[in-house]
Amino acid sequence: MPVQTKKIINDGNRSVDEMLEGILAAHPRHLKSVDGSPRSIVARDGPRPGKVGLVIGGGSGHEPTFLGFVGKGLADAAAIGNVFASPPPDPILECAKAVSGGAGVLFMYGNYAGDVMNFDMAAEMAAMDDIEVRTVLTTDDVASAPRDQRDKRRGVAGNFFIFKAAGAACDRILSFDECERIARKANDHTFTMGVALSPCSLPQTRRPNFEIGADEMEIGMGIHGEPGIARGKLRTADEITDEMLDRILAEMAPQRGDKVAVLVNSLGSTPLMELYIMNRRVKQRLDDIGVSVHATWVGNYCTSLEMAGASVTLEHLDGELQTMLDHPCDCAMFRAG
Amino acid sequence: MTAIDTARLKHMFDVIAVAIEADKDRLCQLDGVIGDADHGIAMELGFNAVRDSLERLDLAATEPTVLLNTAAKSFLNAVGASSGPLYATALMRAAAAVKGKAALEGADVIAMFQAMAQGIKDRGKAEIGEKTMIDAWLPAAEAAAAAHAAGSTLAESLDAALAAAERGAEATKDMIAAKGRSSRLGERSLGHIDPGAASAVTVIAAMTKSLA
Repeated sequence: MPVQTKKIINDGNRSVDEMLEGILAAHPRHLKSVDGSPRSIVARDGPRPGKVGLVIGGGSGHEPTFLGFVGKGLADAAAIGNVFASPPPDPILECAKAVSGGAGVLFMYGNYAGDVMNFDMAAEMAAMDDIEVRTVLTTDDVASAPRDQRDKRRGVAGNFFIFKAAGAACDRILSFDECERIARKANDHTFTMGVALSPCSLPQTRRPNFEIGADEMEIGMGIHGEPGIARGKLRTADEITDEMLDRILAEMAPQRGDKVAVLVNSLGSTPLMELYIMNRRVKQRLDDIGVSVHATWVGNYCTSLEMAGASVTLEHLDGELQTMLDHPCDCAMFRAG
Repeated sequence: MTAIDTARLKHMFDVIAVAIEADKDRLCQLDGVIGDADHGIAMELGFNAVRDSLERLDLAATEPTVLLNTAAKSFLNAVGASSGPLYATALMRAAAAVKGKAALEGADVIAMFQAMAQGIKDRGKAEIGEKTMIDAWLPAAEAAAAAHAAGSTLAESLDAALAAAERGAEATKDMIAAKGRSSRLGERSLGHIDPGAASAVTVIAAMTKSLA
């Protein structure tokens, strides 16, 4: 029996529910659970009549994604699954019912087979309750499929920008069509690349979920430890950041004078020091090509339990996306404006 | 054979739960190679939830279709993930296939088996050769139906299904994943058994053992 990883937990099978109890205890002003559906977390001050409801969700283990982005001006509710596993349809349906203001409900989540099946089943059930649901999948992970197969890509840390744009559109009481259009546009304008240095372990198994050499890194690894594009020797922060940016910028193709928003995200255990070293290089590279940075976030935004590693996300802004990004929001773990 | 009543069906789910529990670590390890290492956990959670929900049924007053729908709902709500909708759909289709029966004859069991495989195929939209649980379920259902049509007993038909499932799961080693999370691996998925196909063999083996 290999040595188990160290975790501050009580019972691996209860970790998600105990975390939710702790989150609700910490953020009573922002969050509540739906009566009888503890895995459906709703914004106290978000859903309202005439507003398109925004439901996000997915597996646990990525905190503050998803439920940290529930609040006025961003998502109205999040359906929470087991660690790295999609929630089943029932809690998703309960979220849809809780946020429906008669103007339609938008489902947004990362593009994973399990999530698609469960959210689609929930959408079918919502239709029977006369709630119209539309779905926008996030597909920002550049490493997960070639450019001509964007619809096969995973959703990762770029969720942050994509949900933010959609949440702002919903909060401004735009039409269902407009909210959906802006959500899709934000997804099309958002690009992420990640790198992993060491594995994470699930609370139930407490065993590393992949093996990687002490001196190795893996470029493009997914946020559940899905293998990436290439494994190699660990390189410097500038070299790693350059490799990520080369791929992102090749697809984004910004012109001199364009604006971007930057997210440098830790996968869990990589510290702020290293993230800021990466951000230094991001800024240098963008300066070099005459692209200005409208806003930057650095920290834990979409994690993979205790995985070491980081991701860089750029959102290519135009006037509309910048307006949505700057729109105020007040969530349990994130505030803007 | 005596017809299979709800008590036997409940027994079948008990046997499946025990078999999956014993197989959990192997399934997680298989998944760790090409996925996120949680498949054994999801399957165990699901079939334990089924076992618990069936404990609460009054079997004497329950028809097979109600038992199977109860199993479907409890599996789905315990798991989510990919295996939740796939097995829940399989069990809901099984329930529909035996609607109105008080107990199942051999032909009903074969029909139930085929409905399960078809349900998984419809929900996951996977085809043979894409390195998923369908590579075990579909040949198993076809083998069971063919054996039964050729006059085999239920036990013989289920044995044929199990053998076909084992061959199908083994064959996933030589496939490149085209569906699900491992599809992002491309050729790096070669050489590894698909964990969903592996757990399908465990489930089918437990069904064979408990129904024959």
